[in-house]
Amino acid sequence: MISLSRLMAVTRKEVRQMRRDRLTFAMIFGIPLMQIVLFGYAINTDVRNLRTAIADEANTHLSREFVDKLNATQVTDIHSRVATVAELEELLRSGDVSIGISIPYDFDRRVADDTRAAVHILVDGSDPTIVGIAEQLRNIPLRFDTAAEKERIGKIEVRAYYNPEKRTPVNIIPGLIGVILMMTMMIFTAVAVVRERERGNLELLINTPVTSAELMIGKVLPYIFIGLVQLAVILAAGDLLFDVPVRGSIIDLYLAGCVYIAANLALGLFFSTAVSSQFQAIQLTFFMMLPSILLSGFVFPFDGMPIAAQWIGEALPITHFIRLTRGIMLREASLGEMPAELIYLAVFAVVAMTAAALRFSKRLD
Amino acid sequence: MNTNDLAIQARGLSKDFGSLRAVDSLDLDVPRASIYGFLGPNGSGKSTTIRMLCGLLTPSEGSANVLGIEVPGDANELKPRIGYMTQKFSLFGDMTVSENLQFIAEIYGIPANRRTQRIDEVLEHYDLVEQRKQFAGTMSGGQRQRLALGCAVLHKPELLLLDEPTSAVDPQSRRDFWANLFRLAEAGTTILVSTHYMDEAERCHRLAILDHGAKVADGPPQELQRSTGMSVIEVLADDPYHAQTAISELPVVVSVTQLGIRLRVLIPESVRDALEQVERSLAKHGIEADAHLSSASLEDVFVAVTLHTERRAA
Repeated sequence: MISLSRLMAVTRKEVRQMRRDRLTFAMIFGIPLMQIVLFGYAINTDVRNLRTAIADEANTHLSREFVDKLNATQVTDIHSRVATVAELEELLRSGDVSIGISIPYDFDRRVADDTRAAVHILVDGSDPTIVGIAEQLRNIPLRFDTAAEKERIGKIEVRAYYNPEKRTPVNIIPGLIGVILMMTMMIFTAVAVVRERERGNLELLINTPVTSAELMIGKVLPYIFIGLVQLAVILAAGDLLFDVPVRGSIIDLYLAGCVYIAANLALGLFFSTAVSSQFQAIQLTFFMMLPSILLSGFVFPFDGMPIAAQWIGEALPITHFIRLTRGIMLREASLGEMPAELIYLAVFAVVAMTAAALRFSKRLD
Repeated sequence: MNTNDLAIQARGLSKDFGSLRAVDSLDLDVPRASIYGFLGPNGSGKSTTIRMLCGLLTPSEGSANVLGIEVPGDANELKPRIGYMTQKFSLFGDMTVSENLQFIAEIYGIPANRRTQRIDEVLEHYDLVEQRKQFAGTMSGGQRQRLALGCAVLHKPELLLLDEPTSAVDPQSRRDFWANLFRLAEAGTTILVSTHYMDEAERCHRLAILDHGAKVADGPPQELQRSTGMSVIEVLADDPYHAQTAISELPVVVSVTQLGIRLRVLIPESVRDALEQVERSLAKHGIEADAHLSSASLEDVFVAVTLHTERRAA
């Protein structure tokens, strides 16, 4: 039913037009590189240098020693010293500092008394991450007798597998692959059909013997190749700039990439058949983008989300792809160990592609 | 006429868009190897009819037989046998002339060994040899139109549907374009062309005048001009405005159209003393003018037949 020569004619035409569209062509490499450099360096959950104000009402030898230890953690960056708690609160409210340290005048006595808190840490709770970081400050030892400190060994130990240094890029980059591929792939095809409609090319095409399936598949093929090139660029940059490993099979990774790219292209194409202008197409892709970034487990752990949000997350292709990339790249898992994720992506691609071909009518009414 | 001699035969073809009837029970008989024109103002249903005939739109009522294939029906069977030129330039502006032709040739499945030869032929015939490496988007209106026609005929279709093909080109390009159409018709291609230019309509072998979706006249242009049922009186006046006012007062006058200092006056043939009435009216108002009987132009035909529908509507 599908004529290979007509299919290839459509593909050749797409490649030709894409090559001439300099901006698009630059985007193919520019977008992944820019994003990986930007986010690789910028996103960091290992927070340091929080702006801090201190109200040391005790000003004893012990309290000054405590402030030195605080400084040594590098979590805080002492920005100002004030006299009272009220002033600390003012600085917090105005946003000048994120953390306020209040050391009461009877600090020394409180240190000796196990029933009372010796230091109050006031945190700007509008960002829960900062609260989490501030909790770390509780571990700063507060004793007159520093020798006794060494005996305190925890009975519970946490070991971070796969990313022992807890480097953020190792966590971010496998997910970033999913985000970058989704953005470029979906936009490419979302405008593909509607652009030809706007330029009038479509009225010509639907009067030729070319079938909907030939047109749809022919349009998608070149972009699969481009997606794989992008994947290579991201992996190379991740390795060179951030030392992010690919511990599993690179072939598995490319296979997963291939299916994921197809799923996004097909979804974009479906959008393209449903809208009437390029502007609407871009709006629709943005509508997909935000949940894909926030509900996929890319930024927030999947398990922490409410069940309904998890369902939405499960429906998004990127969720399954991020599980695959993290599995293959970091945990050295193989595709065979995560078949459900791959199958979902494949089914999604086929369904979206079929829907696009069915929706694309060779009629005008 | 034998149905085998007809490329298109339509009966009661109608199309509704919501409450608007764009095409109203159209009957058409388009003989093979001829140029058949659709003449009508914008919105008269020309494009809609053409789109129904090539299967882009489904008729609300009625049906047509195009090249022996029923419409509505399997349009895929029809596509390889028709060529279609859209009203708006629809080729790829970011591809060169030869790339566009190459793509169209591949889409229509012209075998690889004959493709180059056929493309060269078309480049030659449509005077595009020098532009072969030029991007279609940077060409002039006339060049684009030649390319569009070249692409439409590349696969040698039996039927060519042209939707206002000359609306964006200069008069010289239009003349050349029509010379090409005559050549194609002589070679056996049936051509259906829509236009709102009278001079183009005059060149067609047969003509259907459309108004508000309905066919109001049908026949060879010369025959239509002979059988308007109107006497045409041409009035030459120094003050055409006052002459027009004077003539319009006559109850027998159907329409007065001003063309520069000339007035074209239509009066039903049943009025025997049409010329005398006009002359008397001019004299009564003291207007110096020369009135004489004239033969109907296609524009007069158009005015005469579209007036009928307006009256019917009223």
